[in-house]
Amino acid sequence: MNPPAGNLVEMRGVHFSFGNKVILDGVDISIREQDVLVIMGLSGGGKSTLLSILLGLLKPSSGEVLFKQEDLTKLSRPKLNDARTHMGMVYQNAALISSMTVRENIGFPLEELSDKNDQEIALIVEQKLEEVGLKDTADKLPSELSGGMQKRVGLARALVLEPELVLFDEPTAGLDPISTETIDDLIIKLRKKQEVTSIIVTHEMESAFAVATRMAFLYEGKIILEAAPEQFRNSDIPIVRKFLSSFSGHETGKGLTHANP
Amino acid sequence: MIAKLGALTINLLQGISSIVWMARETISEIGERISQHRAPFRLKDFFYQCARVGPGSVPMIILLSVFVGLTLALLTGYQLKIFGLVTLVPPIVSVAFTREMGPLFTGIVLASRIGAAYTAELGAMIAGGEVDAIEAMGVGALRYLVTPRVLAIFCLTPCLTVISVVAGILGAAFISSLMLQISYGYFYDQVMTYLLVKDMMAGIVKSFLFGAIIGITACYKGLSVRGGAVGVGTATTSSVVTAITTVIICDSLCNIFIVIFFP
Repeated sequence: MNPPAGNLVEMRGVHFSFGNKVILDGVDISIREQDVLVIMGLSGGGKSTLLSILLGLLKPSSGEVLFKQEDLTKLSRPKLNDARTHMGMVYQNAALISSMTVRENIGFPLEELSDKNDQEIALIVEQKLEEVGLKDTADKLPSELSGGMQKRVGLARALVLEPELVLFDEPTAGLDPISTETIDDLIIKLRKKQEVTSIIVTHEMESAFAVATRMAFLYEGKIILEAAPEQFRNSDIPIVRKFLSSFSGHETGKGLTHANP
Repeated sequence: MIAKLGALTINLLQGISSIVWMARETISEIGERISQHRAPFRLKDFFYQCARVGPGSVPMIILLSVFVGLTLALLTGYQLKIFGLVTLVPPIVSVAFTREMGPLFTGIVLASRIGAAYTAELGAMIAGGEVDAIEAMGVGALRYLVTPRVLAIFCLTPCLTVISVVAGILGAAFISSLMLQISYGYFYDQVMTYLLVKDMMAGIVKSFLFGAIIGITACYKGLSVRGGAVGVGTATTSSVVTAITTVIICDSLCNIFIVIFFP
């Protein structure tokens, strides 16, 4: 029953409902190490729910969620918490702890979960802040930062424990083109330099094609397409075609012509 | 009518079982944390919460207690004067304040001041996705958020109760001297003679219980918030009302228990 070697995450027949509303109706997907998988789909289609299930925040009604060959749905809480330390999550709204400064937010997982002393933590925080280009904001509160900066702080916090898997929920939604490019570059750098596997839920077509090594389309609770970006772009599945063509410039290829990382 | 009563009962039972679940999960997260040889909560968080609960509440508790003590002495004296028993005011007021008024008023002040704050801030954290983010890191949100808060209010309610009792008795002594012609010295002697350790213990034990009730109720209501800003507002109101009601009911039950078993 173990997934083939090289698969970091595998979901098998995952079902999930909110009351009578079926959100996921048998999701099957696998993510290889160092993949950047972009999941697309209609709003309210269950993409964020999928991420919550991967983090063990929601329990599927049936199915398996394998992370490093262990079924997250069957793990005891201490083991689940341990598995979570190998994952990082970047939220759509950043979800920074509003009462803590940027420095405290980034250092929080280290303080709570590692044996590092204050000096070591401070050093790592500085390093992560530099990586996301926010060295001067360490003592600011999240409310004093712009949306893009908050997301970068969220990314720094997600990376502070050196996770193997990073989940992104709409990382570039509502950002200006320059901030979007910064976040995209960080995601690409993560894969290339730190060999991090990423799962990204986004509607931003340009970003998606810029960073993805695999792309999936979630529709009516199922993954109806999982393919390389080029195949995804040329898919003849009607809903995928409609989805892609809804974005301006698609017909001409404009905006979707980034080279894959 | 019966359907409404049934729905209310189901809601009540669901609420109680959720609170029990939260308490059990928090304790189990603490246990897991200790078994990993890690501190169950940050001391600085605990002291921060203590500072909010304790020093921050003292002025309000003193003010309230002085005026309640003053009123209690005045009205008791007013009635007892008819029977020529005005000298009973010091023991009546001191015992009433130590056993009943002190813990109760401290509970009411803390439920409205600290309980509301706990619910609002945890509710805002839920609405902002902060609690999920903490949980997703593997930190254990219940342990991290609930433990220092509940422990702080549990430890400091008895301390504030003592302050309330002293302030109430001083208020009573002041008005007794001013309007009932009872000297401070006589008041003091009477309090020392009639106030028993048993009375003090009853008040202190009750105040521990009230602290736990307020802390747990406030955290539960905060962590159950649904529906953004409006949800936070509704939960905060509900937290204060539930905590005060529970404290008063619990106070009555404690009094019955104490009177029966420790007459």
